[in-house]
Amino acid sequence: MAEARLDAPLPRRGLSPVLLLRIATLLGLWVIWEVVARSGLVFEGVVPSAITIAGAVAYLLTSPGFYWNLELTLIEVGVSLLLGSVAGIVVGLVLGAGRFAGKAFEPYMHYLAPTPKIVFLPILLVLFGVGPGSKIAMGTLSCFFPMVLSVASGVRQVDPVLLRVGRSFHLSLLQTVRKIYLPALVPPIATGLKLGTGVAIIGCLLAEIKMSNRGLGFLIMQYYAQFRIPYMYAALLIAFAIAAGGNTLIARFLRLPGK
Amino acid sequence: MSRALPVLTGLAAVAVLLAIWQGLVMLGFVSPLVAPAPSDIAASFQTLIMDEDLIQRFLQTFAEALVSAGLAVIVGTAIGWWLHAKRWAGAAFENWVASFAAAPLVLLYPLFLVFFGRNVGTIIVMSFLTALPSIVLKTKEGLDAIRRVLIDVGRSFRLSPAQLFWKIMLPAAVPTLCTGIRLGLVYALISVVGIEFLINFGGLGELIDDLAQRWEIPMMYGAISFVVLTSICFFYLTERLERWLRRA
Repeated sequence: MAEARLDAPLPRRGLSPVLLLRIATLLGLWVIWEVVARSGLVFEGVVPSAITIAGAVAYLLTSPGFYWNLELTLIEVGVSLLLGSVAGIVVGLVLGAGRFAGKAFEPYMHYLAPTPKIVFLPILLVLFGVGPGSKIAMGTLSCFFPMVLSVASGVRQVDPVLLRVGRSFHLSLLQTVRKIYLPALVPPIATGLKLGTGVAIIGCLLAEIKMSNRGLGFLIMQYYAQFRIPYMYAALLIAFAIAAGGNTLIARFLRLPGK
Repeated sequence: MSRALPVLTGLAAVAVLLAIWQGLVMLGFVSPLVAPAPSDIAASFQTLIMDEDLIQRFLQTFAEALVSAGLAVIVGTAIGWWLHAKRWAGAAFENWVASFAAAPLVLLYPLFLVFFGRNVGTIIVMSFLTALPSIVLKTKEGLDAIRRVLIDVGRSFRLSPAQLFWKIMLPAAVPTLCTGIRLGLVYALISVVGIEFLINFGGLGELIDDLAQRWEIPMMYGAISFVVLTSICFFYLTERLERWLRRA
């Protein structure tokens, strides 16, 4: 594969041209943004100046109401991740270790995984109410599937020699899971957790945006309804930063291969 | 028989679950207002098709997904080719495209509502942007992986750049391009249904939101199962199609 690539790494000296190009692109985009913001070409307020948005971010980060909303969203995401991941690991272990169970039920997981989860929200609202329950259910449902698929395929890649050694040492089922499966499953669980964090955050926030009375998503929708657009941009920026930050944190913490 | 056994077991398990659900509702342990019996959900399909235009809405959703994915294929292949052909562009921007692919774009829908309004434009633009990165990345990956030898053979036959592209590079990259297109289609469909539901406009997604607001619980369950079943069929068929194309 390596010899087949048509491109070789670019030579490095001083400030790399790639870095310069990236900085130039960002600056160019910012200038275009500011020109559009001040030109009056688009409906007033739809494209606020970046300076206005920065002010709104600063305002949000210093207002207690923002943290009141953020707190609930973070709790929802955390509980969703916990519930979805534990359930996903258990189901993934069963589907991966049992060949028959895998053949019988994994296709359902494989094809259910990419369906648009948000359409389940009305059912979750009926079952769990308008409060945090339905948001947690949405987040749990979202992060369950990546974990199942990642763990199931991880179990199948466990070295069969290790299992045979375990059997000749007469390990009990619990010991086999603890001594052989779990250590080998750290990378797939980490992958599942990384994918899961992203979709759990999206699931909780979307559910909040659609229907709620507290949370970061609720805040975004309030600003939209009041047409306080700079604040909406600011809240969205913070939501994106949290999503990106969550991913980076998990990748660092679990030292994902290739990250 | 031995190959069919797991499949049959899976189907039997689904049937048993549905039967238990039906039993719980009929015995009064679960309120039909919360989770209507599977038989009531199945019966709701008649009204869904006759009065709620289920089929037309399905076609509308599908058309929106096809338009979004089609635009993404055209634009994405061009960008992917550019990132491949210009080394500096690939080095500077490929990572950006990858981050863009992972970004929770759907959260920005209130922003797109402000820009485009509550109409089909928001749906198409957002789904186009959702489908775009996977096509860009797969195009670049496919072109990058073409073996040097193939290009050199083409050069020694004095092919023009256009001939080189159409006769050698494109056929060699087709398997990876197909994966990109399939992913693009899948992401576009998910995005279309999701946005339709969120902004209450368009095809199947709007139908689910409407039924929920009108508290038509059995029909709501019916429409949601219809969306889930059609997406599963769609994923299955595109996967099959891709495998078939790769073999040919």
